[in-house]
Amino acid sequence: MAAHATVIEAPKGFVRKYIFSTDHKVIGIQYLFLAMFSVLVGMTLSVFMRLRLAWPAEKWPALQQLFPEGFAGGPMTPEFYLSMMTMHGTIMVFFVLTTAPLSAFGNYFLPIQIGARDMAFPVLNMLSFWVTLAALLVMMAALFATGGAPIAGWTAYAPLSAIGEVAGPGLGLGQTLWVISIAIFCVASLLTSLNFLATTINLRARGMSLMRMPLTVWAWFTTAILALLAFPVLLAGGILLLLDRVGGTSFFIPGGLVVSDQLIPHQGGSPLLWQHLFWFFGHPEVYIAILPGMGITSHILSTFARKPVFAYKAMVGAIFAIGFISYVVWGHHMFMSGMSPFSSMAFSITTLAVGVPSAIKTFNWLATLWGGKIRFTTPMLFALGFVSLFVTGGITGLLLAQPAIDIFLHDTYFVVAHFHLIMGVAAIFGIFAGIYYWFPKMFGRMMREGPGKVHFWLTLVGVYAIFMPMHFLGIAGAPRRYAELTEFQYLKPLESLQLFITVAAFLTIAGQFIFLFNFFVSLFRGKRAGVNPWESTSLEWIIPSPPPHDNFGETEPVVHHGPYEYSPPGEPKDYIMQTEPARQTA
Amino acid sequence: MAFSLGVFFWLMAIITVAIFLGRVWWMPELASVHGAAIDQQLILTLAIAGIAFFLAQLGLGYLIWRYRGRGEGRADYWHENPKMEVGWTVATAVVFLGLAIQGNRIWTQYVLAAPPADALTVEVTGQQFAWNVRYAGPDGRFGRTDPRLIRDADANFLGLDPKDPAGNDDIMTQNIMAVPVNRPVRVLLKTKDVTHSFFVPQFRVKQDAVPGLAITTHFTATKTGEYEIACAELCGMQHYKMRGRLLVMTDAEYQAWLKQRASL
Repeated sequence: MAAHATVIEAPKGFVRKYIFSTDHKVIGIQYLFLAMFSVLVGMTLSVFMRLRLAWPAEKWPALQQLFPEGFAGGPMTPEFYLSMMTMHGTIMVFFVLTTAPLSAFGNYFLPIQIGARDMAFPVLNMLSFWVTLAALLVMMAALFATGGAPIAGWTAYAPLSAIGEVAGPGLGLGQTLWVISIAIFCVASLLTSLNFLATTINLRARGMSLMRMPLTVWAWFTTAILALLAFPVLLAGGILLLLDRVGGTSFFIPGGLVVSDQLIPHQGGSPLLWQHLFWFFGHPEVYIAILPGMGITSHILSTFARKPVFAYKAMVGAIFAIGFISYVVWGHHMFMSGMSPFSSMAFSITTLAVGVPSAIKTFNWLATLWGGKIRFTTPMLFALGFVSLFVTGGITGLLLAQPAIDIFLHDTYFVVAHFHLIMGVAAIFGIFAGIYYWFPKMFGRMMREGPGKVHFWLTLVGVYAIFMPMHFLGIAGAPRRYAELTEFQYLKPLESLQLFITVAAFLTIAGQFIFLFNFFVSLFRGKRAGVNPWESTSLEWIIPSPPPHDNFGETEPVVHHGPYEYSPPGEPKDYIMQTEPARQTA
Repeated sequence: MAFSLGVFFWLMAIITVAIFLGRVWWMPELASVHGAAIDQQLILTLAIAGIAFFLAQLGLGYLIWRYRGRGEGRADYWHENPKMEVGWTVATAVVFLGLAIQGNRIWTQYVLAAPPADALTVEVTGQQFAWNVRYAGPDGRFGRTDPRLIRDADANFLGLDPKDPAGNDDIMTQNIMAVPVNRPVRVLLKTKDVTHSFFVPQFRVKQDAVPGLAITTHFTATKTGEYEIACAELCGMQHYKMRGRLLVMTDAEYQAWLKQRASL
């Protein structure tokens, strides 16, 4: 029996419907476009970085016209390189990897997948988006700030980030705007996570028990817990940093510092305090970026292998274990920081422990494929790519988790390879998988498969060509965040690798325009999508594409099955929708 | 699609492992005593990670090819296999924990072992973008420093206080450091301004220099020659240029070098 619900009137007028909308679906799409804009900016910044790394002395007259200061004298200045690097990392981590998988997909699909008609707090939800947009605008202002964009890296280690312009270009106004943007972003993420938690706990449809929730929902739910506890810590850190910069406090600045013969008038602070606060947020943040991708991958692998997800309970347990342990590993970013070596030992053990649930997930994905009948759709290809990249990126964690090995590898390109593969590229593959999978539902039209597959191949080959060689740079001892490797004898043999990576990066970036083209053409010209084009089982596939304002109309869905009932024996179809009434079996 | 994707994962795994095994790009040649244990642990872990990586990619490629759908028949229908799950969970946990224990053993052996009493102490102070090196001189004591006295323009990089007699015989250099071979060296690491990191790749030495702290690290060089000190913590615009030369000499050469430096 379907329960009846009161009808929710759709809002009237363009502004209420598409701009200041409280509809979780519109907000999800707003977040998606915000992330797509951000990823284009972040990608462009990486083009500048790769230019400098491959051809450090080359002059670029055309770019000099555009950025007279950044190319003063012809070649790109090292500070311009560092500002590109700082902004690339910041924009990608916050406005792409946090925004797209959690805020965009989560907003759109978490309520639908649990059978709700909206988020628990729709107005708060709208507010979260607009606060996020404000944060992005301030970050863009930092990019174009007088004196340059900040150069302290996305980690903004104090005191470099705290003592102002005296420490280098971009560390004045640019760095201040950076901190303000991050603080605003923290507030938005906090609001979003509250909403996700309340929605998941309170608004599930009848029959949608916790253990019938799709793994995507479990991933968003866990991610929201992480965000709820992680962002306030960064918010606090950000406010303290801002006060150090503009309020004359000394939370992170010890006494007696002398920069360019100027005595810094601060005393009593601790640079390590910033590192602890930052990484107490920063490590859970890595999982905030990757957990939704893990959920999406599980969901898509099962759908297109036409087989139940292997070990659903273990998957849920692993997500929770990862989420929990991710709170006690932050010190592995600080093995060389001067923190107590005994702490390093403890953090080393917890870090290797977090590898265990990660390995469990990988085994389960492989076992899900085992015995399947795989359909090679574009979302499936990206999900398979996710598994490969997750393994490649994750496995190097075994080395980096050990302080003894970190003595050599810490702050080298080995780390850059590790985190890009796992929290960057694997997460991006999760996002692409999600876009190709849910595009028909979100926009009512299919994306073209042909260009989708070309995009997949260029991206897969490309990212391996970019990031695999960075392991070799790292094992040869090349420090990260160097504007060029030419100053050191032992780094000279590595210049050919930098050139190779740059070429691979440019080809990969070019491949992304196929995606953009496919996305926007399909938006208007794509084949009309039916209710359930992929023959999936979860609740978003029982309602029209795109769904109406109140999702399920007058009736509330009632759930009878788990989310991964593919290929059950004796059934007419090879899948059972979650809402199909249970039949009596003998 | 199944075939080409399977082949891609296989090829990618094989090429990667071949480059590592062939050591096409590899760690700079080791030149310190403690580094041998670090290298050993790094290679052991890399081998375990490499095997896991190789098998996982091969397995993934195989499963993709083997279980490609051809539009007929149904997939298997099963949800779990508790025995297998317990098996791989325990196996993974044992291997990972083993690595953690072994890794921590090597870490403690190096970090917690105090350098012997006869170790040579060298003070290294980072600044944007140079390494200041100081030797205590014949009296074995470093002179007092005061940040208020720092003036790079007068080459008083450390703010040495002329009123302290202990500082009269201190020997100071910038971006060049010499140590005798086969003698334990204690590096007293400081910074004037922002965080830097003292990184000597061939010695397997890396330690952040943190504002407000004096941190000790140590090594014993095993081969004479010239090495490089790199900065491994982002410290500003010339970070990539923050290079010091590290000369490892016989003891006689070292004494001569000190004398020559003292006379400058």
